Amino acid sequence: MINAILVFNNHGKPRLVRFYQHLAEEVQQQIIRETFHLVLKRDDHICNFLECGSLFGGSDYKLIYRHYATLYFVFCVDSSESELGILDLIQVFVETLDKCFENVCELDLIFHMDKVHHILQEVVIGGMVLETNMNEIVAQVEAQSKLEKAEGGLSAAPSRAVSAVKNINLPEIPRNINIGDINIKVPNLSQFM
Amino acid sequence: MPAVSKGDGMRGLAVFISDIRNCKSKEAEIKRINKELANIRSKFKGDKALDGYSKKKYVCKLLFIFLLGHDIDFGHMEAVNLLSSNRYTEKQIGYLFISVLVNSNSELIRLINNAIKNDLASRNPTFMGLALHCIANVGSREMAEAFAGEIPKILVAGDTMDSVKQSAALCLLRLYRTSPDLVPMGDWTSRVVHLLNDQHLGVVTAATSLITTLAQKNPEEFKTSVSLAVSRLSRIVTSASTDLQDYTYYFVPAPWLSVKLLRLLQCYPPPDPAVRGRLTECLETILNKAQEPPKSKKVQHSNAKNAVLFEAISLIIHHDSEPNLLVRACNQLGQFLQHRETNLRYLALESMCTLASSEFSHEAVKTHIETVINALKTERDVSVRQRAVDLLYAMCDRSNAQQIVAEMLNYLETADYSIREEIVLKVAILAEKYAVDYTWYVDTILNLIRIAGDYVSEEVWYRVIQIVINRDDVQGYAAKTVFEALQAPACHENLVKVGGYILGEFGNLIAGDPRSSPLIQFNLLHSKFHLCSVPTRALLLSTYIKFVNLFPEIKTTIQDVLRSDSQLKNADVELQQRAVEYLRLSTIASTDILATVLEEMPPFPERESSILAKLKKKKGPGTVTDLEEIKKERSSDMNGSAEPTSVNASAVSTPSPSADLLGLGAAPLTNSAPPPSSSGSLLVDVFSDSASAVAPLAPGSDDNFEKKYNNFQFCSRRMFIFYGNKTSTQFLNFTPTFLCLNLQTKPVDPTVDGGAQVQQVVNIECVSDFMEAPILNIQFRYGGTFQNLSVKLPITLNKFFQPTEMSSQDFFQRWKQLSNPKQEVQNIFKAKHPMDAEITKAKIIGFGSALLEEVDPNPANFVGAGIIHTKTTQIGCLLRLEPNLQAQMYRLTLRTSKEAVSQRLCELLSEQF
Repeated sequence: MINAILVFNNHGKPRLVRFYQHLAEEVQQQIIRETFHLVLKRDDHICNFLECGSLFGGSDYKLIYRHYATLYFVFCVDSSESELGILDLIQVFVETLDKCFENVCELDLIFHMDKVHHILQEVVIGGMVLETNMNEIVAQVEAQSKLEKAEGGLSAAPSRAVSAVKNINLPEIPRNINIGDINIKVPNLSQFM
Repeated sequence: MPAVSKGDGMRGLAVFISDIRNCKSKEAEIKRINKELANIRSKFKGDKALDGYSKKKYVCKLLFIFLLGHDIDFGHMEAVNLLSSNRYTEKQIGYLFISVLVNSNSELIRLINNAIKNDLASRNPTFMGLALHCIANVGSREMAEAFAGEIPKILVAGDTMDSVKQSAALCLLRLYRTSPDLVPMGDWTSRVVHLLNDQHLGVVTAATSLITTLAQKNPEEFKTSVSLAVSRLSRIVTSASTDLQDYTYYFVPAPWLSVKLLRLLQCYPPPDPAVRGRLTECLETILNKAQEPPKSKKVQHSNAKNAVLFEAISLIIHHDSEPNLLVRACNQLGQFLQHRETNLRYLALESMCTLASSEFSHEAVKTHIETVINALKTERDVSVRQRAVDLLYAMCDRSNAQQIVAEMLNYLETADYSIREEIVLKVAILAEKYAVDYTWYVDTILNLIRIAGDYVSEEVWYRVIQIVINRDDVQGYAAKTVFEALQAPACHENLVKVGGYILGEFGNLIAGDPRSSPLIQFNLLHSKFHLCSVPTRALLLSTYIKFVNLFPEIKTTIQDVLRSDSQLKNADVELQQRAVEYLRLSTIASTDILATVLEEMPPFPERESSILAKLKKKKGPGTVTDLEEIKKERSSDMNGSAEPTSVNASAVSTPSPSADLLGLGAAPLTNSAPPPSSSGSLLVDVFSDSASAVAPLAPGSDDNFEKKYNNFQFCSRRMFIFYGNKTSTQFLNFTPTFLCLNLQTKPVDPTVDGGAQVQQVVNIECVSDFMEAPILNIQFRYGGTFQNLSVKLPITLNKFFQPTEMSSQDFFQRWKQLSNPKQEVQNIFKAKHPMDAEITKAKIIGFGSALLEEVDPNPANFVGAGIIHTKTTQIGCLLRLEPNLQAQMYRLTLRTSKEAVSQRLCELLSEQF
C-alpha cells in the first residue's frame, strides 16, 4: 500500500501532499520535513529507494522517489509494493501531468492544485493503484475537463491565472519541469503503447 | 467566454499565492494567511449565497493554505454542501476537500455518507466514481458500516462500467483494511475471483490487489484464484508486445498486472502439479526474457522488465521447491550485483538475502561473497551498503564466518553512524554463533569494543562475560587479552567493564606472570577508575573486593583505596554503600567466609542470547527496549546495583554466617529469597527477563530461531509450580494437566513421596487475547482413592503487558485514534481500598502498564499505556483512571485496539482499587 505521496521542490516547499492513512496535521508536516531532509542529502545518481526508519511508525516502509529538475516526487510505500513498479508509477504520473498540462512546470502544480489532485485520483485511490495505463488516465481527465467546460467554462480561468502570475515577477521559478533524459515529449510515444 | 469577474476571481487566487510567495518572513506569511482565512470565513458566513465558482475558488485557497502546513478548521460544512450540488465541478471540489481534509472521526461523516449514498444510487458513472474515490480515500469505519454491503454488489454487477468496477474493487479493499469485520465474505467472493478473467486489464489489476489482501486472511475462500492467476499470467508473459496495446509499457506487456499476479501467488503454497507446470513455464519465460537484449535503451523499459523479474524471483524463493529455478534466480541476481544501475544492485542484494536462507541455494549465494564484500567497500550509497551488510549476515555460516566477521569489523571502522549499532550486534551474533575457537570470539568482541565501543550495547558485553564464565578453556586467554587491551592509554569504558569483571573472576590465572602481577592488575584497573561513570565504578569496586579474596597480598592496598574519602564519603549512595560494605567485609570476615562469599561465579544457565532480540527490535518499531525491564528486574534483585553482580549468589541463598555479615548494610538482599531452583539465576540473571528459553548457547544455524525468539520474549512467560505432599503417604499416578493457553511443560514424575516437593516449570505463550484464566487440573491417587483438583492459574491477560512510555502529545494522538465506541470500555466503581495516590501508582505499574506522569492535564488523574503481546498480534492499550475523593469513586477508561481486550483489562484493573 502507498501511505503517502509527497511532491516538494528543491527548497522543501510542498507542492502536492496526499496521505492515505490518518495522521494529525503536525505529524504530516513533520513527515514532510524529515522526508525532504532524507532525500535532499542524496545525490542524483544513487539508488531511488531508502528506508525511512520510524518515520511512519514502522520499519516496513520505504521511500521511493524521483527527482525531476526542481521537483521531488516521493512515494512512501510498505513492503507489499514492488519498488521498481512504484518507480514506474511515478513516471506514469509525471508523464500524465505533462500530457495534461502540455509541458508541466512547477507553477502548474501550484495554480492547478485541484486538477493535479484529480489527475492523481485517477492513478491512485486509497493508497492503491487504480490505473497505470496512461491513455486511460488521460481520457478520464479529458472527460472531466469536458464536463467542466460544459458547466460554464471555468477551466479557462486557471490558465489565465497562470498567465497572470507569469507576468508578476517570479524570477526563481523555472518554467518547465524539464524531464531531462527521459524525454517525455516523444511525439510517437503512443505508438508503443 | 467566462465573465470577466470570474477571471478576476481567479486572479484573486493568483495574487494570494504570489503574495504568500513574496512574504519575506514567516510572520508576514502567517499574517497574510490569517487575513485570507478571515476573509473566507466571512464569505462563508455571509448572508449572500455563494455561487459554485466562488466556493471552488475559496476551497482551492483553503487547500493551498493547508498545503503550506496550516490547520484548517472550517469550511467542511461548505464542502459537504457542495457534494449535493448537481454540477460536476462543485461536487468534484467538495469531494476533494473532504478526501484531503476530513479525518475519519468527523461528525460530518453522516452527512457525507448521505451524499455518497445518493451519488452511488445515481447510476451516473462519473458521480459514482467520485463517491467511490471518496470512500476509498477516507475509509472510515462509519463508511464501512454504511457501504460495505453495497460495494460488493456494484463490483460484481454485470452492467457496471469498467472504471467504476476498478474504483469499487479498491474501495472495498480499503474498507476491508480498516474494518475487516464489517466486510463479510459471501456469494460475491467467487464472482470477484472471476474478475481475473475480465477483458479490461485495469479491472483485473484492481481485482488482483483486492484478492491478494482478502486471500491473506481467507485463503480457503479464494484458493480458486491461483489457477486463474496462473493462466492470466501465462497469457501476458507469452503475448507479443503489441497484443495488450495500451497496457504494454515500454515494450513490456502489462508489467504492473504481472507484478500483482505474482504477489497474489505468493499468498499460496506451490499449486498442484497441473497448474504448477504452467507456472514454472511462466517463471522460466520471465527468467529467459531477462537474458534477451533490451528492446529499448530507456530506463523505463528496464525498470518494468525487472520489476516483473524481481517479483518472479520472490515467488520462486517463496515456493522454495524448485532447485533448478532457485539456482537460476541466484545466478540472475548475481548478474545484477554487478549491474551499473544502483537500484538493481540494491534490489539484488535484498532478494539474495531471502535466497540465502533456502537450503537449495545457500551454497550458490555464498559464491558471491567477494562481490558483496566489494560492494561494502565501494558502494557510494549507504542504503546499498546496508543491504550488503544484511546479505553478508544472511550468507554467513561456519565455513566463511571468520572472513565475514573480519570484513564487517573492517567496515565498521568507517561505517555510517546510522548503521553502526546494527553492525555491532550482527558481528557479535555471528562471532558467537559460529565460534569454533572461543579465543577468536573473545578477540572479536574486544575488537568490537575497541572500534565501536559507543555502539556496543550492554547485551553484547554481558554476553561475552557469560560465555567466558561458562567456558573454562577460554578464561585464561580472556584474562590475558583484556589485560593487554587495558594497557592502551585511552580505552573505552565498555572495555573497562569487561576487563574489570573478567580480571575480578580470573585475574589469578595470569597473576603468575610478573608482568601482570596482582598489584599491576589492580593499579591498571584503578588508573581507569576516575575516568569512569558511576555504574562502571561500582563494578570496579566489586572487582576490588574480589581481588581481596584472590590476592590476599594486596588486601591492604585495596583497603586503603576503599577507605579513602573519595570512596567512603562518595556523594553517590551506591558507591558509598559498596565502599562501606566491602571495606567492612574485608576487615571482619575470615578467609573462609571471604572465599565463600567471593567465590568464582557459577556458570550461567545455558540460554539464548538476548542480542538477537535486540537486533530484531532495533529493526522493529520503537517499543520500550527490554533493557529497561532488565534494569528494573535487576535492581529489585540486587540492592539496586546496575551491573552484573560480582558478589557470588551463594552469599545470599545460603543461610550461613555470611548472610549475617551481609546483613550489615544489605538487609533487603535476604528478603528476595527466590524459589530454590532459580536462586542462582535470579540473582545473576542480567541477560534477559524471566522469559528466556533453555537452549544451547550457540544456537546453531537455525534461521527461524531469531524470529521465534523475538516474538517469544514478549508473549511468553515462565512459571514455576511446586507440588508439595504434606501427608506421609505417597501420591501415585500424579498427573497435572493444563487446560487452554499454549503451555509447554516437562512431565512430572508420577509419584510424589510423602513430605516431598516436586517442581514443574511451565513455559506459557499467549497465542491470542483471552478472558478466562487457564486451569490446572491435578489428578493423583492417594491411598487407593482418586483425587481430582482444579485450580485457576494466576495467569491473566495483563501478565503479557509491556509498558510503553510516551509523551503527552503521543498519548493524546493515540487516544484519539482509538475513539471508536467499541474500543473504549469504561467502569465507574466505588473504591474498595483507601484512595492513596502512591499506592494507586504502584498498582498501575504492577498491573504491567507504564505510568505516564504529566500527561493528564488534571494531576489527580492517572494515565497509563502499554502493549499486550500475543503470538499473533500486539494490542496497544491506553488507560485513564480518574479518582473522585469526595464520592470515594473511581472512573476507569480503557481504550485498546480490540474490544475484548478493553473489556477484560477494565475488569481486571477495576478489581484493584
